[in-house]
Amino acid sequence: MRFLHSAWILSVLTAVGAVSAAALVPVQPGSREQLFEIPKGTWARRMAGAKAEILPAEIRLVLGVKDVLVLRNLDDVPQIFGPTLIMPGQSLRLPFEVASEYQFACTAHLNGEMTVIVDDGPTSAPSRLRWRLAALSKMAF
Amino acid sequence: MMSKAWAVLVIPACLLIALAAESSIHDGFKSGVFEPPRAAPGFALPGSNGSAVALSAFRGKVVALVFGFSHCPKICPVTLAKLAEVSQRLGPSAKDLQVVFVTVDPERDDPARLRTFVGYFNPAFVGATGSQAELKALHRAYGVTATRVASENKALGYEVHHSSSIYLIDREGKLRVLVPFGKSADDILHDVRLLLDS
Repeated sequence: MRFLHSAWILSVLTAVGAVSAAALVPVQPGSREQLFEIPKGTWARRMAGAKAEILPAEIRLVLGVKDVLVLRNLDDVPQIFGPTLIMPGQSLRLPFEVASEYQFACTAHLNGEMTVIVDDGPTSAPSRLRWRLAALSKMAF
Repeated sequence: MMSKAWAVLVIPACLLIALAAESSIHDGFKSGVFEPPRAAPGFALPGSNGSAVALSAFRGKVVALVFGFSHCPKICPVTLAKLAEVSQRLGPSAKDLQVVFVTVDPERDDPARLRTFVGYFNPAFVGATGSQAELKALHRAYGVTATRVASENKALGYEVHHSSSIYLIDREGKLRVLVPFGKSADDILHDVRLLLDS
Protein backbone atom coordinates (compact mmCIF):
# COMPACT_ATOMS: atom_id res chain seq x y z
CA MET A 1 0.00 0.00 0.00
CA ARG A 2 2.83 2.32 0.89
CA PHE A 3 4.49 1.48 -2.44
CA LEU A 4 1.29 2.34 -4.32
CA HIS A 5 1.00 5.62 -2.47
CA SER A 6 4.58 6.54 -3.41
CA ALA A 7 3.96 5.57 -7.03
CA TRP A 8 0.90 7.79 -7.10
CA ILE A 9 2.79 10.79 -5.73
CA LEU A 10 5.66 10.16 -8.14
CA SER A 11 3.23 9.99 -11.05
CA VAL A 12 1.57 13.26 -10.11
CA LEU A 13 4.92 15.01 -9.67
CA THR A 14 6.14 13.68 -13.02
CA ALA A 15 2.93 14.78 -14.70
CA VAL A 16 3.22 18.28 -13.24
CA GLY A 17 6.86 18.43 -14.33
CA ALA A 18 6.08 17.31 -17.86
CA VAL A 19 3.19 19.73 -18.33
CA SER A 20 5.30 22.56 -16.91
CA ALA A 21 8.13 21.70 -19.28
CA ALA A 22 5.73 21.58 -22.22
CA ALA A 23 4.41 25.00 -21.25
CA LEU A 24 7.67 26.70 -20.37
CA VAL A 25 10.25 25.35 -22.82
CA PRO A 26 10.24 27.50 -25.99
CA VAL A 27 8.97 25.74 -29.09
CA GLN A 28 11.87 24.52 -31.24
CA PRO A 29 10.45 22.62 -34.18
CA GLY A 30 12.73 20.34 -36.19
CA SER A 31 12.34 22.42 -39.31
CA ARG A 32 10.91 25.90 -39.57
CA GLU A 33 10.72 25.69 -43.33
CA GLN A 34 7.47 25.67 -45.27
CA LEU A 35 8.26 24.40 -48.76
CA PHE A 36 6.33 25.26 -51.91
CA GLU A 37 7.33 23.94 -55.33
CA ILE A 38 6.63 25.37 -58.74
CA PRO A 39 6.30 22.19 -60.82
CA LYS A 40 8.04 21.53 -64.10
CA GLY A 41 5.92 22.58 -67.06
CA THR A 42 4.05 25.35 -65.20
CA TRP A 43 5.01 28.04 -67.69
CA ALA A 44 4.20 25.82 -70.68
CA ARG A 45 0.78 24.95 -69.25
CA ARG A 46 0.08 28.64 -68.62
CA MET A 47 1.04 29.47 -72.19
CA ALA A 48 -1.36 26.75 -73.35
CA GLY A 49 -4.17 28.53 -71.48
CA ALA A 50 -4.37 26.49 -68.24
CA LYS A 51 -6.05 28.49 -65.46
CA ALA A 52 -5.49 26.22 -62.46
CA GLU A 53 -3.53 27.68 -59.54
CA ILE A 54 -0.50 25.66 -58.55
CA LEU A 55 0.30 27.49 -55.34
CA PRO A 56 -2.07 28.86 -52.70
CA ALA A 57 -2.78 32.56 -53.19
CA GLU A 58 -2.32 33.03 -49.45
CA ILE A 59 0.37 31.35 -47.38
CA ARG A 60 0.29 31.40 -43.58
CA LEU A 61 3.41 31.13 -41.48
CA VAL A 62 3.88 31.17 -37.70
CA LEU A 63 6.81 32.92 -36.05
CA GLY A 64 9.18 30.55 -34.28
CA VAL A 65 7.39 27.50 -35.65
CA LYS A 66 7.08 27.70 -39.43
CA ASP A 67 8.53 31.04 -40.34
CA VAL A 68 10.84 30.24 -43.24
CA LEU A 69 9.28 30.26 -46.68
CA VAL A 70 11.09 28.08 -49.20
CA LEU A 71 10.08 28.49 -52.81
CA ARG A 72 11.61 25.93 -55.18
CA ASN A 73 11.43 26.41 -58.93
CA LEU A 74 11.28 23.03 -60.68
CA ASP A 75 10.07 24.64 -63.91
CA ASP A 76 12.23 25.12 -67.02
CA VAL A 77 12.07 28.92 -66.93
CA PRO A 78 13.00 31.53 -64.30
CA GLN A 79 10.16 32.70 -62.05
CA ILE A 80 9.88 36.17 -60.59
CA PHE A 81 9.26 36.24 -56.85
CA GLY A 82 9.27 39.61 -55.16
CA PRO A 83 12.26 41.60 -56.36
CA THR A 84 14.21 38.67 -57.72
CA LEU A 85 14.40 35.76 -60.11
CA ILE A 86 14.39 32.17 -58.98
CA MET A 87 16.21 30.23 -61.65
CA PRO A 88 15.20 26.70 -62.79
CA GLY A 89 16.30 24.23 -60.12
CA GLN A 90 16.93 27.00 -57.61
CA SER A 91 15.23 27.73 -54.27
CA LEU A 92 14.80 30.94 -52.34
CA ARG A 93 14.78 30.45 -48.58
CA LEU A 94 13.18 33.49 -46.97
CA PRO A 95 12.95 33.76 -43.17
CA PHE A 96 10.41 36.08 -41.52
CA GLU A 97 10.88 37.74 -38.13
CA VAL A 98 7.95 40.14 -37.95
CA ALA A 99 4.29 39.14 -37.84
CA SER A 100 2.58 40.95 -40.68
CA GLU A 101 1.02 40.56 -44.11
CA TYR A 102 3.44 40.61 -47.03
CA GLN A 103 2.66 40.96 -50.74
CA PHE A 104 5.05 39.61 -53.34
CA ALA A 105 5.01 39.69 -57.11
CA CYS A 106 4.95 36.04 -58.20
CA THR A 107 4.79 34.79 -61.76
CA ALA A 108 3.68 31.35 -60.57
CA HIS A 109 0.29 32.84 -59.68
CA LEU A 110 -2.38 33.66 -62.22
CA ASN A 111 -2.86 37.17 -60.83
CA GLY A 112 0.90 37.63 -60.47
CA GLU A 113 0.78 38.05 -56.69
CA MET A 114 1.35 36.00 -53.57
CA THR A 115 0.31 36.96 -50.05
CA VAL A 116 2.26 35.70 -47.07
CA ILE A 117 0.62 36.17 -43.69
CA VAL A 118 2.96 35.71 -40.75
CA ASP A 119 1.25 35.16 -37.39
CA ASP A 120 2.75 35.48 -33.92
CA GLY A 121 4.07 32.21 -32.57
CA PRO A 122 3.39 30.44 -29.27
CA THR A 123 5.44 32.51 -26.84
CA SER A 124 3.28 32.36 -23.69
CA ALA A 125 3.02 29.23 -21.51
CA PRO A 126 -0.65 28.49 -22.35
CA SER A 127 -0.08 29.01 -26.07
CA ARG A 128 2.98 26.71 -26.01
CA LEU A 129 0.96 24.03 -24.23
CA ARG A 130 -1.90 24.39 -26.72
CA TRP A 131 0.57 24.27 -29.61
CA ARG A 132 2.19 21.07 -28.30
CA LEU A 133 -1.15 19.39 -27.65
CA ALA A 134 -2.21 20.27 -31.19
CA ALA A 135 1.09 18.87 -32.52
CA LEU A 136 0.49 15.70 -30.51
CA SER A 137 -3.01 15.25 -31.87
CA LYS A 138 -1.64 15.73 -35.40
CA MET A 139 0.97 13.03 -34.72
CA ALA A 140 -1.70 10.67 -33.32
CA PHE A 141 -4.25 11.09 -36.10
CA MET B 1 -4.87 2.91 -7.94
CA MET B 2 -1.77 1.85 -9.85
CA SER B 3 -3.61 2.04 -13.19
CA LYS B 4 -4.79 5.57 -12.34
CA ALA B 5 -1.20 6.55 -11.67
CA TRP B 6 -0.18 5.30 -15.12
CA ALA B 7 -3.11 7.09 -16.71
CA VAL B 8 -1.98 10.36 -15.15
CA LEU B 9 1.38 9.84 -16.82
CA VAL B 10 0.22 9.14 -20.38
CA ILE B 11 -0.42 12.68 -21.68
CA PRO B 12 2.58 14.27 -19.92
CA ALA B 13 4.79 11.47 -21.25
CA CYS B 14 3.54 12.21 -24.76
CA LEU B 15 4.24 15.90 -24.22
CA LEU B 16 7.81 15.07 -23.20
CA ILE B 17 8.20 12.96 -26.33
CA ALA B 18 6.94 15.91 -28.41
CA LEU B 19 9.47 18.15 -26.65
CA ALA B 20 12.29 15.72 -27.33
CA ALA B 21 11.31 15.51 -30.99
CA GLU B 22 11.95 19.22 -31.38
CA SER B 23 15.50 19.90 -32.34
CA SER B 24 17.68 22.95 -32.16
CA ILE B 25 17.17 25.93 -34.48
CA HIS B 26 19.51 26.43 -37.38
CA ASP B 27 21.17 29.80 -37.08
CA GLY B 28 21.81 30.87 -40.66
CA PHE B 29 21.27 33.98 -42.74
CA LYS B 30 18.72 36.49 -41.55
CA SER B 31 17.64 37.29 -45.10
CA GLY B 32 16.63 35.35 -48.19
CA VAL B 33 19.12 32.77 -49.43
CA PHE B 34 19.44 31.33 -52.93
CA GLU B 35 20.15 27.61 -53.07
CA PRO B 36 22.13 26.77 -55.07
CA PRO B 37 23.56 30.22 -55.73
CA ARG B 38 24.02 31.32 -59.36
CA ALA B 39 26.64 33.61 -60.82
CA ALA B 40 25.51 37.20 -60.30
CA PRO B 41 24.72 38.78 -63.67
CA GLY B 42 27.72 40.88 -64.63
CA PHE B 43 27.85 44.47 -65.83
CA ALA B 44 30.29 47.21 -66.74
CA LEU B 45 28.71 50.66 -66.50
CA PRO B 46 29.93 54.26 -66.30
CA GLY B 47 30.76 54.80 -62.65
CA SER B 48 30.71 57.62 -60.16
CA ASN B 49 34.44 57.13 -59.68
CA GLY B 50 35.14 58.35 -63.22
CA SER B 51 35.79 54.94 -64.72
CA ALA B 52 33.76 51.89 -65.63
CA VAL B 53 32.25 49.98 -62.72
CA ALA B 54 32.50 46.29 -63.50
CA LEU B 55 31.10 43.71 -61.12
CA SER B 56 33.96 41.37 -61.99
CA ALA B 57 36.45 43.93 -60.65
CA PHE B 58 35.15 43.27 -57.14
CA ARG B 59 35.85 39.55 -57.19
CA GLY B 60 37.34 38.66 -53.80
CA LYS B 61 35.08 41.14 -52.02
CA VAL B 62 31.48 40.86 -50.88
CA VAL B 63 29.31 43.18 -52.96
CA ALA B 64 26.11 44.80 -51.69
CA LEU B 65 24.24 45.70 -54.86
CA VAL B 66 21.44 48.26 -54.61
CA PHE B 67 19.14 49.58 -57.32
CA GLY B 68 17.74 53.05 -56.72
CA PHE B 69 17.93 56.72 -57.64
CA SER B 70 19.37 59.82 -56.07
CA HIS B 71 16.03 61.68 -55.94
CA CYS B 72 14.45 58.81 -54.02
CA PRO B 73 12.70 60.43 -51.06
CA LYS B 74 12.23 57.46 -48.73
CA ILE B 75 13.83 54.15 -49.68
CA CYS B 76 17.36 54.71 -50.99
CA PRO B 77 18.58 57.07 -48.25
CA VAL B 78 17.49 54.53 -45.62
CA THR B 79 19.15 51.62 -47.41
CA LEU B 80 22.42 53.47 -47.99
CA ALA B 81 22.46 54.78 -44.42
CA LYS B 82 22.13 51.22 -43.12
CA LEU B 83 24.90 50.04 -45.42
CA ALA B 84 27.07 52.91 -44.21
CA GLU B 85 26.47 51.79 -40.64
CA VAL B 86 27.29 48.18 -41.57
CA SER B 87 30.48 49.32 -43.25
CA GLN B 88 31.49 51.40 -40.25
CA ARG B 89 30.78 48.56 -37.80
CA LEU B 90 32.83 46.13 -39.87
CA GLY B 91 35.94 48.08 -38.95
CA PRO B 92 39.03 46.98 -40.89
CA SER B 93 36.97 44.28 -42.69
CA ALA B 94 35.02 47.04 -44.43
CA LYS B 95 37.67 46.99 -47.15
CA ASP B 96 36.23 43.60 -48.16
CA LEU B 97 32.72 44.97 -48.62
CA GLN B 98 31.90 47.00 -51.73
CA VAL B 99 28.58 48.81 -51.96
CA VAL B 100 27.46 49.40 -55.55
CA PHE B 101 24.47 51.64 -56.23
CA VAL B 102 23.01 51.24 -59.73
CA THR B 103 20.56 53.90 -60.77
CA VAL B 104 17.08 53.24 -62.07
CA ASP B 105 16.90 56.87 -63.20
CA PRO B 106 19.69 57.41 -65.76
CA GLU B 107 18.03 60.56 -67.06
CA ARG B 108 18.90 62.48 -63.88
CA ASP B 109 21.64 60.35 -62.32
CA ASP B 110 24.87 61.04 -64.18
CA PRO B 111 28.22 59.91 -62.71
CA ALA B 112 28.84 63.28 -61.03
CA ARG B 113 25.46 63.34 -59.31
CA LEU B 114 25.89 59.74 -58.19
CA ARG B 115 29.32 60.53 -56.78
CA THR B 116 27.84 63.29 -54.61
CA PHE B 117 24.88 61.16 -53.58
CA VAL B 118 26.66 57.93 -52.59
CA GLY B 119 29.62 59.87 -51.22
CA TYR B 120 27.32 61.51 -48.73
CA PHE B 121 26.87 58.10 -47.09
CA ASN B 122 30.36 56.72 -47.58
CA PRO B 123 33.08 57.85 -50.00
CA ALA B 124 33.98 54.22 -50.69
CA PHE B 125 30.53 53.47 -52.14
CA VAL B 126 30.36 53.56 -55.92
CA GLY B 127 27.44 54.50 -58.15
CA ALA B 128 26.79 53.31 -61.68
CA THR B 129 24.60 54.55 -64.48
CA GLY B 130 24.13 53.68 -68.15
CA SER B 131 21.75 53.85 -71.05
CA GLN B 132 18.11 52.94 -70.60
CA ALA B 133 18.70 49.78 -72.64
CA GLU B 134 21.74 48.69 -70.60
CA LEU B 135 19.97 49.27 -67.33
CA LYS B 136 16.76 47.58 -68.47
CA ALA B 137 18.72 44.46 -69.40
CA LEU B 138 20.42 44.50 -66.01
CA HIS B 139 17.09 44.92 -64.20
CA ARG B 140 15.71 41.94 -66.10
CA ALA B 141 18.72 39.83 -65.17
CA TYR B 142 18.18 40.46 -61.45
CA GLY B 143 14.36 40.55 -61.52
CA VAL B 144 14.30 44.22 -60.52
CA THR B 145 11.27 46.34 -61.35
CA ALA B 146 11.43 50.10 -61.95
CA THR B 147 8.38 52.13 -62.97
CA ARG B 148 8.36 55.87 -63.50
CA VAL B 149 5.42 57.66 -61.86
CA ALA B 150 4.46 61.30 -61.34
CA SER B 151 5.60 62.58 -57.96
CA GLU B 152 3.25 64.19 -55.46
CA ASN B 153 6.13 66.57 -54.81
CA LYS B 154 6.04 68.90 -57.83
CA ALA B 155 9.66 69.88 -57.29
CA LEU B 156 10.74 66.27 -57.88
CA GLY B 157 8.79 66.00 -61.13
CA TYR B 158 8.71 62.23 -61.13
CA GLU B 159 9.73 59.31 -58.97
CA VAL B 160 10.67 55.78 -59.84
CA HIS B 161 8.93 53.00 -57.96
CA HIS B 162 11.60 50.35 -57.75
CA SER B 163 12.61 47.11 -56.07
CA SER B 164 14.11 48.00 -52.73
CA SER B 165 16.07 44.88 -51.77
CA ILE B 166 19.81 44.58 -51.39
CA TYR B 167 21.52 41.80 -53.34
CA LEU B 168 24.53 40.33 -51.55
CA ILE B 169 27.14 38.79 -53.84
CA ASP B 170 29.88 36.62 -52.34
CA ARG B 171 33.61 36.80 -52.93
CA GLU B 172 33.30 34.36 -55.84
CA GLY B 173 30.76 36.50 -57.65
CA LYS B 174 27.74 34.39 -56.74
CA LEU B 175 24.39 35.92 -55.90
CA ARG B 176 23.80 34.51 -52.42
CA VAL B 177 21.43 36.65 -50.37
CA LEU B 178 18.41 38.88 -50.93
CA VAL B 179 17.95 41.42 -48.13
CA PRO B 180 14.37 42.74 -48.11
CA PHE B 181 13.84 46.44 -47.37
CA GLY B 182 13.27 46.99 -43.67
CA LYS B 183 15.91 44.59 -42.35
CA SER B 184 17.90 46.14 -39.53
CA ALA B 185 21.56 47.11 -39.82
CA ASP B 186 22.24 44.35 -37.27
CA ASP B 187 20.72 41.72 -39.57
CA ILE B 188 22.52 43.02 -42.63
CA LEU B 189 25.80 43.08 -40.72
CA HIS B 190 25.17 39.50 -39.57
CA ASP B 191 24.67 38.29 -43.16
CA VAL B 192 27.60 40.28 -44.55
CA ARG B 193 29.85 38.80 -41.85
CA LEU B 194 28.70 35.29 -42.74
CA LEU B 195 29.63 35.93 -46.35
CA LEU B 196 32.95 37.52 -45.43
CA ASP B 197 33.83 34.53 -43.26
CA SER B 198 32.72 31.84 -45.71
